[in-house]
Amino acid sequence: MADLSVNFAGIQSPNPFWLASAPPTNMGSMVERAFDTGWGGAVWKTLGEPIVNVSSRLAAMDYGSQRMMGLNNIELITDRPLDVNLKEIRDCKRKYPKHALIISLMVESKREAWQTIAKQVEDTGADGVELNFGCPHGMSERGMGAAMGQVPEYTCMVTEWVKEATNLPVIVKLTPNITAINYPARAAVKGRADALSLINTINSVMGVDLDTMIPHPNVNGQAAHGGYCGPAVKPIALNMVSELARDPEVTIPISGIGGIQTWRDAAEFLLLGATTVQVCTAVMHYGYRIVEDMIDGLSNYLDEKGYASAGDIIGKSVHRVTDWGNLDLKYKVVARIDHSKCVNCNLCHIACEDGAHQCIHFTDVHGKAYPIVDEAECVGCNLCHLVCPAPGCISMVRVDDGSQTMSWREMTGQ
Amino acid sequence: MNSSLSLDQITNNFREIHPPLNRAEAAFEANRCLYCYDAPCTQACPTHIDVPAFIKKIASGNLTGSARVILDANPIGSTCSRVCPVEALCEGACVENTLMKQPIQIGRLQRYAMDHVLSKGIDVFKAGAANGKSVGIIGSGPAGLSCAMYLARLGYMVTVYERRAKAGGLGTYGMAEYKMTQQHSADEVAMIERLGVQFRLNCEVGRDVTFADLEAAHDAVFIGVGLGATNKLGIAGEELAGVYDALEFIEHIKTRDWANVPMAKRIAVIGAGNTAIDAVTQAKRLGAEQVLMIYRRTQKEMSAYEYEYELAKQDAVEFRWQTTPIEIVADATGKQVAALRCVRTELQDGKLVNVVGSEFNLPVEMVIKAIGQQKQRSFLATVPGINIDAAGRVVVNAVTMQTDNPKYFAGGDCVNGGAEAVDAAQHGKHAAMGIHQFLMGEAVTFAGA
Repeated sequence: MADLSVNFAGIQSPNPFWLASAPPTNMGSMVERAFDTGWGGAVWKTLGEPIVNVSSRLAAMDYGSQRMMGLNNIELITDRPLDVNLKEIRDCKRKYPKHALIISLMVESKREAWQTIAKQVEDTGADGVELNFGCPHGMSERGMGAAMGQVPEYTCMVTEWVKEATNLPVIVKLTPNITAINYPARAAVKGRADALSLINTINSVMGVDLDTMIPHPNVNGQAAHGGYCGPAVKPIALNMVSELARDPEVTIPISGIGGIQTWRDAAEFLLLGATTVQVCTAVMHYGYRIVEDMIDGLSNYLDEKGYASAGDIIGKSVHRVTDWGNLDLKYKVVARIDHSKCVNCNLCHIACEDGAHQCIHFTDVHGKAYPIVDEAECVGCNLCHLVCPAPGCISMVRVDDGSQTMSWREMTGQ
Repeated sequence: MNSSLSLDQITNNFREIHPPLNRAEAAFEANRCLYCYDAPCTQACPTHIDVPAFIKKIASGNLTGSARVILDANPIGSTCSRVCPVEALCEGACVENTLMKQPIQIGRLQRYAMDHVLSKGIDVFKAGAANGKSVGIIGSGPAGLSCAMYLARLGYMVTVYERRAKAGGLGTYGMAEYKMTQQHSADEVAMIERLGVQFRLNCEVGRDVTFADLEAAHDAVFIGVGLGATNKLGIAGEELAGVYDALEFIEHIKTRDWANVPMAKRIAVIGAGNTAIDAVTQAKRLGAEQVLMIYRRTQKEMSAYEYEYELAKQDAVEFRWQTTPIEIVADATGKQVAALRCVRTELQDGKLVNVVGSEFNLPVEMVIKAIGQQKQRSFLATVPGINIDAAGRVVVNAVTMQTDNPKYFAGGDCVNGGAEAVDAAQHGKHAAMGIHQFLMGEAVTFAGA
């Protein structure tokens, strides 16, 4: 069985599966239950000056009959007294010395405030701190959270303050609500951060109740934008993680966050450069128990692929991500339809006809009309393959001989 | 009453075999639909309802729009959602059949959308601006209702002549009670009535009004009279008390007056079509202890759908294959059924013959005949200028449904010899188009025509 333990910026963790700073890590009893269930680490719900929350706080987007493809929230940081949290952190770490216990922090933008709380956390025996520069709602209106993370200079400055005050590993949690993720990441590196975690939630309005015409979530007839997370955000998170993983100026480990539900999602984050992953929405949906299959599935995957440890696949796909201008213009695939597997839904035809390049027509096979690809016209876009519901029916087949390559950069001399 | 069951037990036995989907179930099922293009289910439906379109509208929460898609192609979409042999039509064609052996429950989804508009009285179609023309429709069954709705949408004054006390034809009087009730049929009729269609009930053409009256009052006439009484067995004892024809038996059940439905401990049903299945399954539900299905050929030749046969098996109906009745035997009073005398049959050189010396008595107190319905030959013979084929069916132009008398159109069982309600609905649609072309000289095409 593969070794799932990882070392993240000096923090040992029995596996790469951490709970993100969020409601599932609100208090000691919850984190302890999570550790008992198998989670390797947890990032405590953000500490700071206790706040007052609103009711209601969450809203979801469903897709088809699947609930909660996306979730957003307008909950703020912890509403519990600091001394209660610190005591529970101390107790928890004492009971679970081998688990990774990271404490998320967010205080007002003052050196003393950050350094005081960092020292208080260090005193509990926790393994590290995560600076919450990402929360996009509520706290940002008070100059905290994403309001820090959106200004690289602030990111660098506060990171330096915390590094001055503590020897604990400092993780900087980045907001995706920026135009390019590299700049705040590089600022954190400049501020001597030990690691990065991303992405925090995305600014969002989840929808409008068509009867009352009040957007979700309804707080006495009004709504505010909230942080979007859940399976729908995974591609955005993967992009940002891989952007940093291939940025030569970003030399510190990454904890990947965003839409991770299963070991497969986690493995993709590892392949694109994350050392650990953090999970929230999936646990809020199904409970801590989901970690069992994450551990089991990743372990089986590594065994089947012949890797001895999770560390062996970290970053393995990073070099496969490049700029568009480096992609090979000579590589050519076309769609082929296996009529023995076709269920005659004709979705490939109408998708190609109205959404692509009009190259799927019909042919008579034993008296029945089946879709067939005009390969000369097919541009190899994948659309038919993506919409086909029948397993193995449409495959994308390489038709160039591989003897020539030519990228746009090479072609244009750029 | 001879039932061993309480009235509550019987009511429970007649609960709907396919109960309505709730909102979550409907959403789940609708979202399972692949939304095929040029979909096999739509092709398989005789009225060519755009099934993926109405299902996606259920998924999006647009139930009124969903019902409109259905009713545009099939005015009796509510009846059809309950009684159609979906396994042999839309659901049988569903590609999911080949993908995961679990077709989308199209019938139940269709019912979900139809219940939404019919239970709330939402009218998705309005009567067209009056065009000054009038059409009389003889018979208010599926064909007549369908024709009436399309004509009303086009602006015709429509009068439906119905000899019975309630409109709806077989939808009201002939469907197995666990599939649909008279209320379901009445809701459908009410929707069509709200389009301005007049129903003259208890009005038999030829008795209460003449064809001359119809021709004077209307610019065209549609004949949708269906079929007639059940065929005779032609054996001794057919007149005994305790002998019923299947439709008569089912009509009694439709009243839901369980205590007065003809019943017995042991019942023999003769025939193996879908009506015979309706008879045996309902006899069982009423509490008969032994229900026998008597058929002269084997299970392979039975005309009932596989799904219906399964239903009868689940109801513990006993089958007597290759058995033919030769006499209904009376009891000591000479007036009441005591047994059905039968003989075994076998195939000899491709011909079905009785096995000599194999006669035997099945002790039963009731016999139900379900060997098909007669054509309405005597009625149809009185319609001026139309022609009937050798099988007793009205001869029509297959596109326009016009008979040999240009003023008369026809559709449904009286034209096709007996098929599904959905086939009659399609005939009604084609006839409405044919009538419009004939009276207004204008081509109109309805959905799924």
